[in-house]
Amino acid sequence: MSTTTRKPAKSAAPSRVDVRKTYKLYIGGKFPRSESGRSYEVFSTGRSPKFLANAAQGSRKDARDAVVAARKAQSGWAGATAYNRGQVLYRVAEVMESRRSQFVAEVQAAEGLTAARAEANVSAAIDRWVWYAGWSDKFAQVLGGANPVAGPFFNLSSPEPTGVVAALAPQGSSLLGLVSVVAPIIVSGNTAVVLASQERPVPAITLAEALATSDVPGGVVNLITGVTSEVAPWLASHRDVNAIDLTGAADAPDVVWGDLERAAADNLKRVLRPAGSGVTAVEPDFTAEPGLERLEAFLETKTVWHPKGI
Amino acid sequence: MPTFEYAPAPESRSVVDIKSSYGLFIDGEFVDSRGGTPFKTISPATEEVLAEVSEASEDDVDRAVAAARTAYRSWSRLTGADRGKYLFRIARIMQERAREFAVLESLDNGKPIKESRDVDVPIAAAHFFYHAGWADKLAYASLGDNPRPHGVVGQVIPWNFPLLMLAWKIAPALATGNTVVLKPAETTPLTALLFAEVCQQADLPPGVVNIITGAGTTGQALVGHEGVDKVAFTGSTAVGKAIARTIAGSRKKATLELGGKAANIVFDDAPLDQAVEGIVNGIFFNQGHVCCAGSRLLVQESIAEEVEAKLKARLATLRVGDPLDKNTDIGAINSREQLDRINTLVKVGEEEGAVRWAPECELPANGFWFRPTVFTGVSQTHRIAQEEIFGPVLSVLTFRTPGEAVAKANNTPYGLSAGIWTEKGSRILWMADQLKAGVVWANTFNKFDPASPFGGYKESGYGREGGRHGLSAYVTTGATK
Amino acid sequence: MSTDTAVPATTATDAAERAREILGVSRLTNRALTSWLHGLPGVDQVGAEARAASLGTRSIKTTSKAWAIDTAISMIDLTTLEGADTPGRVRGLATRALTPDPSDLSTPRPAAVCVYGDMVGHAKDVLGDSGVKVAAVATAFPSGRASMAVKLADTADAVSAGADEIDMVIDRGAFLSGDYLTVFDQIVAVKEACGGARLKVIMETGELVTYDNVRRASYLSMLAGGDFIKTSTGKVQPAATLPVTLIMLQAVRDWRALTGQMVGVKPAGGIRTSKDAIKFLVTVHEVAGEDWLDNHWFRFGASSLLNDLLLQRQKVSTGAYSGADYIADDSPSLY
Repeated sequence: MSTTTRKPAKSAAPSRVDVRKTYKLYIGGKFPRSESGRSYEVFSTGRSPKFLANAAQGSRKDARDAVVAARKAQSGWAGATAYNRGQVLYRVAEVMESRRSQFVAEVQAAEGLTAARAEANVSAAIDRWVWYAGWSDKFAQVLGGANPVAGPFFNLSSPEPTGVVAALAPQGSSLLGLVSVVAPIIVSGNTAVVLASQERPVPAITLAEALATSDVPGGVVNLITGVTSEVAPWLASHRDVNAIDLTGAADAPDVVWGDLERAAADNLKRVLRPAGSGVTAVEPDFTAEPGLERLEAFLETKTVWHPKGI
Repeated sequence: MPTFEYAPAPESRSVVDIKSSYGLFIDGEFVDSRGGTPFKTISPATEEVLAEVSEASEDDVDRAVAAARTAYRSWSRLTGADRGKYLFRIARIMQERAREFAVLESLDNGKPIKESRDVDVPIAAAHFFYHAGWADKLAYASLGDNPRPHGVVGQVIPWNFPLLMLAWKIAPALATGNTVVLKPAETTPLTALLFAEVCQQADLPPGVVNIITGAGTTGQALVGHEGVDKVAFTGSTAVGKAIARTIAGSRKKATLELGGKAANIVFDDAPLDQAVEGIVNGIFFNQGHVCCAGSRLLVQESIAEEVEAKLKARLATLRVGDPLDKNTDIGAINSREQLDRINTLVKVGEEEGAVRWAPECELPANGFWFRPTVFTGVSQTHRIAQEEIFGPVLSVLTFRTPGEAVAKANNTPYGLSAGIWTEKGSRILWMADQLKAGVVWANTFNKFDPASPFGGYKESGYGREGGRHGLSAYVTTGATK
Repeated sequence: MSTDTAVPATTATDAAERAREILGVSRLTNRALTSWLHGLPGVDQVGAEARAASLGTRSIKTTSKAWAIDTAISMIDLTTLEGADTPGRVRGLATRALTPDPSDLSTPRPAAVCVYGDMVGHAKDVLGDSGVKVAAVATAFPSGRASMAVKLADTADAVSAGADEIDMVIDRGAFLSGDYLTVFDQIVAVKEACGGARLKVIMETGELVTYDNVRRASYLSMLAGGDFIKTSTGKVQPAATLPVTLIMLQAVRDWRALTGQMVGVKPAGGIRTSKDAIKFLVTVHEVAGEDWLDNHWFRFGASSLLNDLLLQRQKVSTGAYSGADYIADDSPSLY
């Protein structure tokens, strides 16, 4: 940009009025507003909360549309090679890195962290994508294998994605927690419908933008902002959803995770319960190395038999 | 014209000693129920009363869970090697008493002796052998950090494979250090009660395995009991959903092995004679009382007539009758209730316009019987193509392309198993990838092995039983909370 | 006995014409035969063996066992095929066929005595018009490695000596190298040389190795006009296994559905006990059907089998286990 047309920065002239963003949902690779036309105010965390945004207040119909988009994308995503999925996940890390400062600022505001803590948080979130990217073509070797049956049969068990997974993102950890929930769902070929942290949705929306620009096919991750207690029951009872991650039910206002699990029983969804025991759900520590538990929670083991003969 | 009539070849019943009444097996001994109403178990082949069995009341469930809890403290601290040795002992005793188990199973369940003798009992023993070896090797099983038992496991099993389902449930639970309260189905309690004697002979510490008999109410009391840490259930999808609701929001984990409506898909390049055997074995094994039964035959249109003709000729050679006769292929339907259900759905099939066919064969006067039945001209939207009949009834549908076969096979809320018959290897692998089913049998059907994980997608339940995968349902991992 | 079936082609012209019709081709080429034979449904080894094993678990008791033993005896081709065979031994064997159990004259006679071509006359002398047939192995048995002229002369020689049945061997080398037309032509030519004698086509399944090959060889033999398909020479292991016989029984069953014509099946070699024989009869019964439960359509190529069947027959009639001393046998064979 030419400097000749620009006013000196140190002048006392009023600072430029910045262009604000309208925060929208992310469904099927597009960024629609809520079909309900509603939005809700989002504030920063800290001693003096500041207004951050009017986030879209997703409705049950938005959730329904997101499930349709996720279902449509699922077979293609699962059918991609594991190598390809790994590259796509790694690309997410690359794109996040390039928008690092934005993520840091948003996490800092959303979670009320120091700059240093926010930096660490964003770094961990980016590294989590890298970690899971590497798993894409390895978990099947670790979790599957040949079974030595007592007969002339080839017998092989392989893990496969369970299908469409609904996820309640953690309420507290707005980015690292979100990534820690989403990455293990999609790395194996599931598609996700994610309810962002109700009060801290801004980093999630930015993540959606990163996903949209990083080779993740539309519909693989769908993100809804809004009131967890309003939308979650519709996802829990949705019969075209194969599994639900209730991690974010801990600390979500007016949400009893047992009720969601009960609703999920209608079509025998696989349920990943929130951490903690019994009704005392807590948000887990996302800084620790995740292990395979989350990845495994959304896999089916398929076992194929075939005779061996001439 | 010579005819080769097979004279009756009954297995001797004298090998089993059925008591007139049975108590509950709690804390290592048979005890009387406190407040339960005794019920009778009958032979479905003759309707003869075999024994009177106790109904476990809520009190009894309490006692059994308490005994399992007490036993858990020492059982979970036993070395894996020692737990394994108990399982090896149990496996050996089951082999030693195999004939007794087989006869008792056929009497109480109605299944042909050749199946209880050659399938149920040997595979049940094999499950104990297999899991015995895991008991001291859990650290090598890739189960996650620090695998350890849940505690007390409540297990509810169905009537179709009473002893085998018991083995599927108890062997991995004990190998991983859990203790067990198991409820067999109300129509088939006898082999579980004989298994209790095996536990005694093996000197298994009291309370490690408790067997409580009863019906649905007892099962509910067990599943809902506060002292139960994990639930394992095999049975109908409806009950599975009820269990999932019961334990929602609690600490209890569950594995659920539920219903199915498997497609058995036959392509025009299939090894036809073996495919016909696979179709027969798929749906008529165990009177079709099999959750993974190949109840929907999807046959490629170009060979549909040929397959139907071969299938009918083959069915004409099936021998229906006395379960204890060694030549019987199809035994009795397990209960009047189940027979009624089969009759109802078969009537629906006829009303819907499907064509019903069954071979001529004489059925015994007493007991519960159903001829092996084939419905042709079935559409995907017929109820007999959608609902689990759980009986010897096959629905035949056709397809034209592999894609259509996959679409039809997957068009069901169930996802337990599927069959593929073709000599083309690449097509098998492609099909196996596409099918939403936990077990895919290619050029074979209804094969089971302790080393092979079993379990379904979608409404066929969750969790796997058997193999390394089956162990994971019985351990919790991660940091100690 | 079922006799109401089409008479197989007896001349080379007839056979070729019928084959063209069945294959739907205007000229019978090796390519046409190949595509026909390779278009047959495959056989899954594991499934076929499991089916055979399951048929083997049938439990045959009391009256049905007595019936099965007598039927099995009546289906035996009592065989001696040794370099050391002499007229005396063959006469002994033929005499035995007439009176298998001198202590019980109700014992049925075997179907035939099976010998080398040069022994046909000696067997025929003893058997005469008793109804017990004389079968001769021919066509450079057991290897089949001779010129066509020699094979045809071998056949004609046995027929002229009075053989009722000819057991020929196929050219396994030609079959395995894919030269089906040669195999076809040879069977057709031998069939023509048989005149009125029934032709059994030995496929030597132990050398064909796969069940797919057994099925193809069965179809090829039936297409060429064989009256029987036979497993083995008895000189190669494995010989007559139950699964191989199962595949052949499925072939004759399906052939009848295709052409209306019945073809016989003869497992030969390795069947030594009554228990084994009964398993084969069960398989005949449940796979091909009861029309084949007759020695016109099913045979056992065996010799020591007769001894065990007689032992079991005595057990059934007396209730006590019998022993070798009660089985009259002038030359126990190790066939």
